[in-house]
Amino acid sequence: MTVSFERRLTRDWDDPKVIGIDGYCAKGGYEALRNALNMEPSEIVETVKTAGLRGRGGAGFPTGTKWSFVPTDTGKPTYVVVNFDESEPGTCNNRELVDRDPHRLLEGTAIAALAIGCRTAFVYVRGEYLAQSLVLERAIREAYDGGYLGRGIAGTDVDLDVVLHRGAGAYICGEETALLSSLEGFRGQPRLRPPFPAVEGLYASPTVINNVETLMSVPDIILRGPEWFRQLGTEKSPGTKLFTISGKVERPGNYELPLGTPLRVLLEDVAGGVLGGRPLKAWTPGGSSTPLLTGDHIDTALDYESVAAAGSLLGTGAVMVLDDTDCVVDAAQRMTRFYAHESCGKCTPCREGTWWAERVLGRVADGYGVEDDLPVIEDLGRNIMFRAFCALADGAAAVLQSSLKHFRDEFEEHVRLGRCPFRAAHEEVAV
Amino acid sequence: MPVLEGARLDEAKEIVGRYPEGRERSAIMPLLYLVQSVDGFVSRDGLTEVAGILGLTTAEVEAVATFYTMYRLRPTGTHVVNVCTNLACTLRGAREVYDAAREAAEVRHGQEVSDDGLFTVHEEECLGVCDVAPAVQINFANHDRVSPERMRELVAALRAQEVPDPARGPAVGSFRDASRVLAGLEVEGAPA
Ligand SMILES: Cc1cc2nc3c(=O)[nH]c(=O)nc-3n(C[C@H](O)[C@H](O)[C@H](O)COP(=O)(O)O)c2cc1C
Ligand code: SF4
Ligand code: FES
Repeated sequence: MTVSFERRLTRDWDDPKVIGIDGYCAKGGYEALRNALNMEPSEIVETVKTAGLRGRGGAGFPTGTKWSFVPTDTGKPTYVVVNFDESEPGTCNNRELVDRDPHRLLEGTAIAALAIGCRTAFVYVRGEYLAQSLVLERAIREAYDGGYLGRGIAGTDVDLDVVLHRGAGAYICGEETALLSSLEGFRGQPRLRPPFPAVEGLYASPTVINNVETLMSVPDIILRGPEWFRQLGTEKSPGTKLFTISGKVERPGNYELPLGTPLRVLLEDVAGGVLGGRPLKAWTPGGSSTPLLTGDHIDTALDYESVAAAGSLLGTGAVMVLDDTDCVVDAAQRMTRFYAHESCGKCTPCREGTWWAERVLGRVADGYGVEDDLPVIEDLGRNIMFRAFCALADGAAAVLQSSLKHFRDEFEEHVRLGRCPFRAAHEEVAV
Repeated sequence: MPVLEGARLDEAKEIVGRYPEGRERSAIMPLLYLVQSVDGFVSRDGLTEVAGILGLTTAEVEAVATFYTMYRLRPTGTHVVNVCTNLACTLRGAREVYDAAREAAEVRHGQEVSDDGLFTVHEEECLGVCDVAPAVQINFANHDRVSPERMRELVAALRAQEVPDPARGPAVGSFRDASRVLAGLEVEGAPA
């Protein structure tokens, strides 16, 4: 099977001129914003709803529906916050989207702002994206100079400011309520929902928070209409998505594909197959927080429903590939270490459970594990999953549960041999 | 001697002005970067001064500064070398790159900064460049597909007071300069 479709989000990636506002406008940039300025806010929301666009930040929540929750009669200002914290391990499509097409993000953000009557939007960019924050800073300056931001945008009486806010190295700040805490100048810890940000978000005002890729999908929906958007993808997961594929793969990268494209096509046809032609052993469909799948799942279609049916989650669409020489216990240990490090410390199952799991996994990985360690790992997974304050912990539990579910024999072999069977194998490969 | 005085104090006011009226507390993160750009770390005096600017207690500011890994509360090397060892990078050999970085930078076991004060080497979580793993950031400028050998070359270049060209974005000469960029300010002498 080959893939042939009209590229959307990546169609101008070969043209570095679109990074500047003139190049962007030459390709029809900011036309969607002009159209949106002639639409009623409710019409914008309806259009995005009909298109069926779903949030690309991981949860897949319908974007138009989220916008429709924002009350506009509270007398408080409303805010759009762009979630450019992109820190889910394995994920880098937001980065490349901004690097190559920054104005599309500003245009999508401006349209979202029109939809909810927002006059000040914020972009929360992870601190490590220093280069991308400069790309955005420049694009924002150009948009102000070009009259698409600031007072009276595109010759209307609508004002819109965009403020860039840099994070400082905390994965949890991608979680929407933690992001708001951080943006308000507090430690980045999640808050109780409800109230949801749509009702009480930034500065206790109605707020829409969307992922970069979500917002960048909006201008085309306004310009070409919901029917056009639905021509690709599946009924319930319409449109295209950027998949990041990394790890043991011939051509790692960010690739746009219609939702519902099987992993086999992404891996073999698009990314050149597993590195060195080795067998596919395990993969994450959407970053390290989504349960591992195996080589047997290679024909899983990459859309929200199909990946869920296979026992995992589409998440951010970040596929990390392990081949038959990679140790799953090692990988689980490394992923768990991430959650132990990034746990914000607010609640016990996550703070203590990830710390404990990392150590038990480390012991097994290094060949010092005992038989009883496996039930301990299982128990930790069970006691963390859905029992902590936010979904960071569910991601941590997903690693524990899925690695044991699919690769229990490998854990047992570590315990039986008293060493990692793969470390020796690696050395043999090396000579 | 105060950390934020003269031109730095003016910049601090500019930073506070970016946020809506009555929401000045939001400026705490860029202000901490500004403090970090002066001494290469967030000093106690700096915390107190940020608190003074925002009308907060030092403890409130410290609570924020200690939450985020990109604020360093102890002196750093001139250059901060971050090596990603999360899964996608480790699958591509990041452990060896990290070991090479520590060895070349002469950061000894249990130390954060090399004896000559030039380098801090840090193991990092996913840097969002898994497509070009193994990933390294030097003063938050990216270097792609870094082998142990390339890592040693990069450290050698910094020792020779060269600023290696990053894979994308501008070259950043030091951790202090990076902190200025992160505060949303221009670096003197750097191309715009
Ligand atoms: C631990 C954690 C980290 C998250 N990180 C991000 C992130 O970096 N970027 C993002 O867009 N969403 C992230 N999310 C999801 C957000 O909470 C939120 O659902 C999303 O930004 C909504 O935007 P969307 O509807 O456009 O996807 C994260 C969630 C959790 C629980
Ligand atoms: S689950 Fe973890 S990250 Fe989320 S609030 Fe609890 S401790 Fe913090
Ligand atoms: S795992 Fe290293 S950059 Fe993502």
